[in-house]
Amino acid sequence: MAQINASEVKIPPLKKLTNYPEKLAPGHRLCAGCGASIIVRQMFMVANALNYELVIVNATGCLEVCTTIYPYTAWRSPWLHNAFENAASTISGVEAAYRALKKKGKLPTDKKIKFVALGGDGGTYDIGFQALSGALERGHDFIYVCYDNEAYMNTGIQRSSATPKYANTTTQPVGKCSLGKPQHKKWMPEVAAAHGIPYVAQVSPSHWKDFFDKFKKALLTEGPSYVNAFCVCPRGWRSKEEEGMTIAKLAVETNYWPLFEIENGKWRITYKPKNPKPVAEFLKKQGRFKHLFKPGNESRIEEIQKEIDKRWDWLTKMEELTNREG
Amino acid sequence: MKPELIKEVTYVPYSGNMAAAEAMRQINPDVVAAYPITPQTELMQFFADFVANGLVDTEYIPVESEHSAMSACVGAAAAGSRAMTATAGPGLAYMWEILGVASGMRLPITMTVVNRALSAPINIHGDQSDMMGARDQGWIMLFSENAEEQYDNLIQAIKIAEDERTRLPVMVGMDGFVISHSIERVRLLPDKAVEEFVGEPKVMYSLLDVDNPVTHGAVAMTDSYMEFKRQQRDAMEKAYKVIREVGEAFEEAFGKKYEHIETYKIDDADYVLIVIGSAAGTAKFVIDKVRERGDKVGLIKIRTYRPFPYYDIMDAIEASNCKAVGVFDRAETFGAVGGPLFSDIAAAMHLRGKSYPMVDFIYGLGGRDTNVNHIEEAIDKVKRLAAGEEVPLTNYLNLNE
Repeated sequence: MAQINASEVKIPPLKKLTNYPEKLAPGHRLCAGCGASIIVRQMFMVANALNYELVIVNATGCLEVCTTIYPYTAWRSPWLHNAFENAASTISGVEAAYRALKKKGKLPTDKKIKFVALGGDGGTYDIGFQALSGALERGHDFIYVCYDNEAYMNTGIQRSSATPKYANTTTQPVGKCSLGKPQHKKWMPEVAAAHGIPYVAQVSPSHWKDFFDKFKKALLTEGPSYVNAFCVCPRGWRSKEEEGMTIAKLAVETNYWPLFEIENGKWRITYKPKNPKPVAEFLKKQGRFKHLFKPGNESRIEEIQKEIDKRWDWLTKMEELTNREG
Repeated sequence: MKPELIKEVTYVPYSGNMAAAEAMRQINPDVVAAYPITPQTELMQFFADFVANGLVDTEYIPVESEHSAMSACVGAAAAGSRAMTATAGPGLAYMWEILGVASGMRLPITMTVVNRALSAPINIHGDQSDMMGARDQGWIMLFSENAEEQYDNLIQAIKIAEDERTRLPVMVGMDGFVISHSIERVRLLPDKAVEEFVGEPKVMYSLLDVDNPVTHGAVAMTDSYMEFKRQQRDAMEKAYKVIREVGEAFEEAFGKKYEHIETYKIDDADYVLIVIGSAAGTAKFVIDKVRERGDKVGLIKIRTYRPFPYYDIMDAIEASNCKAVGVFDRAETFGAVGGPLFSDIAAAMHLRGKSYPMVDFIYGLGGRDTNVNHIEEAIDKVKRLAAGEEVPLTNYLNLNE
């Protein structure tokens, strides 16, 4: 597929970016400190700067419910909600319609359009997984953005396959015989990459320059891109609203949430903390891990640390392997 | 039909699947998203061949499931394109959730349903459980008796769905294998005539109109949900008129009449049979046969199932000498009185304050044969009912017991 050299496309300075009109209007009903709206606004900043109109399909979830309670909408971009598990197949239809109408010269606009599917981790890792896999395999020209807050937050903190091990959720709660979720989180960007798609990235809104650069690449990519975005959820994580970006930063600094990309098969860790912090610093800010700090549970935190180290080791090996000369 | 058109019409030996695919080629939709399932697979293969050979302009999405097929059609239709699909039995069941989204969002999608039994036990053969199970999902529903009707109905479905008064999706059912895989004579219309008949799609609230952004599929809370449903009811009521008008336009253009129901030898009938789908053909044959021995039997074949043509049916019954009615259901509604059609007919009678003796025949489930003898057996029961004999309310035809 034709690829525009992303390094030649410059994103204007932040001051200019903030001057573009907001396409996610204020007044929506997302919680204070929610990461989803920050992710969407950062997306729009890049799209605005590069003159792309985003046409959005949103899976059922917090973002969808809180932004479009009839007769109101917070969206100043074309936006559609179909159901929980089918954002990727719905956007496939939208994108196919675009191609069909373009061929016939019947598009209502000649502006640059990019199709974006937005889903939470439930709508992406779990129930929407099949539709996503199908759309990635078929190679539709779209960006799938998962705002990953690591559980079904819209309906009250139920576990998903994105929930980390030992997190307290309402469907696998901590109790006398339970320490929360017994399984580790699914490595979703890696799974997306296994479809052989041109671009995969993991981002955090706390590292906005990295976010901008990756979303720019996704915009310029012809074909499917998958972007996994760290999404703070004060309500579900039992964390302080004002500490959202602090927690997001800690996720990156502890290697809990590695920032990396896979561009045409080449893996690259885009930020490598010089001295990664122990994961406990990330965990202790959140009530969902409170039980791990009781005496006797030290080994559980070590277990989480081991999983983080394992994934980091895998990523560095993949980076080395895919960038080897010759 | 106009004389110049008569010369261009062709007669071909086509199966129902071939006829439906041919209609889709002539309609030349913008987007087709489909997933193969027996007995619809062949239809999709024929259409894929058209795509592969450049005979259509369609963007074809070979999706990974029926759920995604309907989801992609929702996206495509909201983006202002003409979207079509086709499925059968369990595929329609898998789409079920999104059927309601398509109708609730008032998207004019059209679909062939090759009627197939639902599992379990798994069975690939024809019955109408699939569409009957989806009958409350807000789609306009038409049924065809044969391949040519499937072709004609599909062409009309485009205009019915896209009419501003309806803006509702339409599904057109044909019995699996009996219609979908049987070769029969089909009258094909010229490409140009079909193109002119369906016309350009009328685009409303396109998702691609970035200068006029619209939010599709907002949350409706307790204060607005019912109003949306009420508008759907109004649209469905208007569809009754639209379907008739489109049928009249079709007759004017191509000389073949399409109404909500078709009647056969009903005027002087003492006994009325009510049938949906391919069994109507067999019923007509049997009616001719029993009339030779003096049994005055007539038929009502239902083409429009939703909106249900209560008054057309009652007008036809009341204009006959009806002494008893035999309803044929090719689907079960376990725990209800008779099958789904039986309940609808009972409601129709209530609307007119009539109560003709009624008996229900469950037939053809999972592709079970319904031949001349079985319909004669049913007629015999209707006669006995009219004569005041006790007949079970629900009767299975051609059952091994």
